[in-house]
Amino acid sequence: MLLALFSALLVLLTGCNQLTVLNPKGPVAKTQSQVIIFSILTMAVILLVVYTLYIYMLTKYRASKAAPDYEPPHVEGSKWLEITWITIPVIIVAVLSVVTVRSTSAVEKVPEGYEDQKPLVIYASSSNWKWHFSYPEEGIETVNYVNIPTNRPVEFRLYSFGPITSFWIPQLAGQKYAMSDMVNTLNIVAEHEGSYMGKNSNFSGEGFAHMEFEALAMAPSEYDKWIEEVKDTASELTEPEFDKLLETAHVGRLTFTSTHLDFRPAPEGENAGHNHGGENGAEDMDHSEMDHSSMDHSDMDMTESNEHEAHN
Amino acid sequence: MKWDEFFVTGEPMIYGAMVSIVVASLAILIGLTYFKKWGWLWREWLTTVDHKRIGIMYIIAALLMLFRGGVDALLMRAQLAIPENGLLDAQHYNEIFTTHGVIMILFMAMPFIVGLMNVVIPLQIGARDVAFPRLNAVSFWLFFAGAMLFNISFVIGGSPDAGWTAYFPLASIEFSPTVGNNYYSIAIQIAGIGTLMTAVNFLVTILKMRAPGMKLMKMPMFTWSVLITNVIILFAFPVLTVALALMMFDRLFGTQFFTMANGGMDMLWANLFWVWGHPEVYIVILPAFGIYSEVISTFSRKNLYGYKSMVWSMIVISLLSFVVWAHHFYTMGHGVMVNGIFSITTMAIAVPTGVKIFNWLFTLQKGRIEFTTPMLYSLAFIPIFTIGGVTGVMLAMASADYQYHNTMFLVAHFHYVLIPGTVFAVIAGFYYWFPKLFGFRLNERQGKLAFWIIAISFNVTFLPLFFLGLKGMTRRMYTYSESTGFGPLNLIASIGAVGLAIGFIVLVYNIYWSFRYAERDTTGDPWNARTLEWSTHSPVPEYNFAVVPKVDSLDPFWEAKKSGKTLFTDKIEEIHMPNNSGQPFILGMIFLFFGFFMVFSWWVPAIIAGLGIIIMLAVRSFERDHGRHIPVNEILKTERALANRMDTDAGLRGEHA
Amino acid sequence: MKVDHTLPLEYQTEENSNRVLGFWLFLGAEIVLFATLFSVYLTLWNRTGNGPSGAEIFEIGPVLGETFLLLTSSFTCGLAVHSMRLGLRKPFMAFFAITLLLGLGFLGIEITEFVTYVHEGATIQTSAFLSSLFVLLGTHGAHVTMGLLWGGGLMIQVKREGFTHDTANKSFIFSLYWHFLDVVWIFIFSFVYLKGLM
Repeated sequence: MLLALFSALLVLLTGCNQLTVLNPKGPVAKTQSQVIIFSILTMAVILLVVYTLYIYMLTKYRASKAAPDYEPPHVEGSKWLEITWITIPVIIVAVLSVVTVRSTSAVEKVPEGYEDQKPLVIYASSSNWKWHFSYPEEGIETVNYVNIPTNRPVEFRLYSFGPITSFWIPQLAGQKYAMSDMVNTLNIVAEHEGSYMGKNSNFSGEGFAHMEFEALAMAPSEYDKWIEEVKDTASELTEPEFDKLLETAHVGRLTFTSTHLDFRPAPEGENAGHNHGGENGAEDMDHSEMDHSSMDHSDMDMTESNEHEAHN
Repeated sequence: MKWDEFFVTGEPMIYGAMVSIVVASLAILIGLTYFKKWGWLWREWLTTVDHKRIGIMYIIAALLMLFRGGVDALLMRAQLAIPENGLLDAQHYNEIFTTHGVIMILFMAMPFIVGLMNVVIPLQIGARDVAFPRLNAVSFWLFFAGAMLFNISFVIGGSPDAGWTAYFPLASIEFSPTVGNNYYSIAIQIAGIGTLMTAVNFLVTILKMRAPGMKLMKMPMFTWSVLITNVIILFAFPVLTVALALMMFDRLFGTQFFTMANGGMDMLWANLFWVWGHPEVYIVILPAFGIYSEVISTFSRKNLYGYKSMVWSMIVISLLSFVVWAHHFYTMGHGVMVNGIFSITTMAIAVPTGVKIFNWLFTLQKGRIEFTTPMLYSLAFIPIFTIGGVTGVMLAMASADYQYHNTMFLVAHFHYVLIPGTVFAVIAGFYYWFPKLFGFRLNERQGKLAFWIIAISFNVTFLPLFFLGLKGMTRRMYTYSESTGFGPLNLIASIGAVGLAIGFIVLVYNIYWSFRYAERDTTGDPWNARTLEWSTHSPVPEYNFAVVPKVDSLDPFWEAKKSGKTLFTDKIEEIHMPNNSGQPFILGMIFLFFGFFMVFSWWVPAIIAGLGIIIMLAVRSFERDHGRHIPVNEILKTERALANRMDTDAGLRGEHA
Repeated sequence: MKVDHTLPLEYQTEENSNRVLGFWLFLGAEIVLFATLFSVYLTLWNRTGNGPSGAEIFEIGPVLGETFLLLTSSFTCGLAVHSMRLGLRKPFMAFFAITLLLGLGFLGIEITEFVTYVHEGATIQTSAFLSSLFVLLGTHGAHVTMGLLWGGGLMIQVKREGFTHDTANKSFIFSLYWHFLDVVWIFIFSFVYLKGLM
């Protein structure tokens, strides 16, 4: 029965791209998807061996089939069998280790073929249950959505204004933690245009289930057009406004023409956790006092209409 | 603190729980008074230092906690059965998955295993009790105090809500201002101290109190697994002690260990937690391996295949268990080097585990396999656990883990490890050793029915979660929208959960029915088994063995039965037994109050209770209790009474010696 | 009760030798406990936030005093156990009392140190470094305090009962505990104070 279920899994794998993780749209997720499929196939072979032996033993040696006077022998074990089932798994583990180290190294770096392009740096930071995306070079900032150009390496720099969160766009790359006292780097490339689900995957409290964002990969020309459009229509992000935003539990999409990095730098370099005192990143976000009425998105969403145009 | 904050209010489910707690407590109090059972309860149970009774109390507590954790699980599955379900709100769901995790691991799996250890180990090594019977009772009552304190949180003050891993800064006072996580740090601490004492106790018991002739390499496999497990407890639990203490200091005294300011380090908590947490997985798995070894060998009517490599594989697993913790957070960004090393150590665990799987399979070979209920659980374990194992290897691969981490794939994996691994094992052990404790077997037909419902429902519940994980569903989401497409698989999983519940109800009915109607066993050896515990009577007399058995082989009882010899060659002498004592129970209750006062930062009562603990220790230090001796004629009387029920052919008992 | 007279008094019954082994195992757990606290300290020792660093608050004088007292107490504790094995009750009581008094002196200096730190604005709440310092030192100090209470109780018991299987066993186990605390202090002296002052 289990074997049947597992072969159903294999059928699903080969013929179905409903499984988000196995439907990659960029080289990082693609590497990961290949590793996953490779490991599933390896494991399927192991399962097959175990299940075959299992079924054989259970059908052949059941008491109901044995002669009435049959008495099982005393068997200490077999040196050669022991060596076999130590050696073969060791070899399998060795192969998987090589695959793991190589693929892990690959997914940590800028994907192959994109090394010579200058990566687009985006700071992605989480606060409560929302994501802030700061584009320092373009000088813009968005909340709860991120637009990126296709076929260009993007370097996400991740940190958090509160609990540990995990930044995850399954179809582009596996996740990485965003923490309050250091910055993590996640390299991705989107090779296909499209809208991808992004989320925090690490439990971070009450609003966790709704902590999603859209990652929109667009052609470079479209992307440039969007930047221009933001600069024309959105307004600047001031420090008081940002402080208010940090305290808000949920907001919709927001767009600004400046980043919070200017007045609230990311915890990297000299601002990293072990160097700073108490000023950075440790705002008094008192949850019990949080004003939930500001969850009304409409008044915060100054530039929502613009974004919808940009998407189209 | 105001009274309306003290009790959890505003939730119909919690009002229901409060009412049922009050009603149940009243019913117990009235029942005890009406049937005049207070004295009996105190003399026979609350003050007992008998390892068998302590074991039974552990198991009863574990079954109650299984019910509590199971209700949590059902509520979660009910909430997730359909998209955007409104049954539970986020806060309530968060509390429920937190308590589900803590209770199932620490207050269900652990005590169930410790309970079986208590029942079986002294019998299996031919001892009269554990090395420190009084300390054993202290361990139990500390566990009990911890479990009660943790469960009180449900109605008084609110449950912890930051996950069973309680990652900082989420679990800090800043982001989790209720007392919930105070309960977490203090209740687990109290139970953990008890567990540490258990480890010391059982290590000394196994190392020093084995029957003459039982060399280390002649110990039954369950005893071996418990020995290794207790070594792991001894070295892993102090880390938890420190982690929980620092958590308590952060939350109650404003220290800066895991805070976001003043140099605090959130990932330090994660490291400490998992340095304990991963060995903890093996603490609940290795004894399970021991149980399976006993059961499979017994019902194949064959000695265990590859005994030595079984022992060595457990030793290797126990060592590796301490060097894999970082695989719980590959995604914190510690680079290829660290992730690579931890990937390899993690995958390496598959090798000794594989050795064990193959050894069990070859124990079956040329055997005479009987499909009893404990054997069914043991046999179901092999294929299901192997899925858990191979998915574990998949998760160990760091690059791929970036996609599995925090998803339902992970949830599916560890349930595939822990349920067939630990839960099936403790049920198998429960069915297997039940007749030793109570003198009758649980009904086999009902037992098998429960098994099939549980085994099938388990797969229906957890197999879909692998796919949900690959579809991108993260764990700990209290709701999801219909557009995600998570609905159908979640519904299947929820149906499976109902099946599991039905299976456990059948199991409970099986226990009830068997107590009333099952045929009594007078042989002491209903399964035709192999190890020493079956060589004495069932139920076991308080001194376990009238004379200490002499051992010269693995499976000594089996060899003795085959050759017609006796293990009991000595003359009956008077037996030294420890006295009962109320101190452990009182100490446990003081700890319960101490913990409760600490949770609410009520310092004056807490200090008074703390002094109470010190006074109890002093009382014990000044006490001179050297136990009592059971005279020979009383032993002979007991033995004769037990033997008279017996078939004449079971003539291997002590009194013939 | 089986009594093996070839062994030292504290080992002679089976129960006693079990207790000694059990206590060694417990000390194994204690080693892990302190090792964890040291790891925490060494992880956080340069995360001083806005508070002072070790070099700014540590003074070598009192620390050398503490070290001297505790090391001497370990020696006198050894002498006490030696007297017990020779069956000499008076020297035992004397050495035991000196041990506890030295322990009390150690505790006194440590408390004074803590008070000084707090007066200099270095409290347990100031920074991660100070939290880990206070908890590491405090855990050791709490162990010493427990030892004083325990040892005091033992002196009363020996005075009442003389050297029996019980009291000899307890005194011996106490000495294991006391030496262990000494070893932990040597690590604190090296990895906290010397490292901090360098």
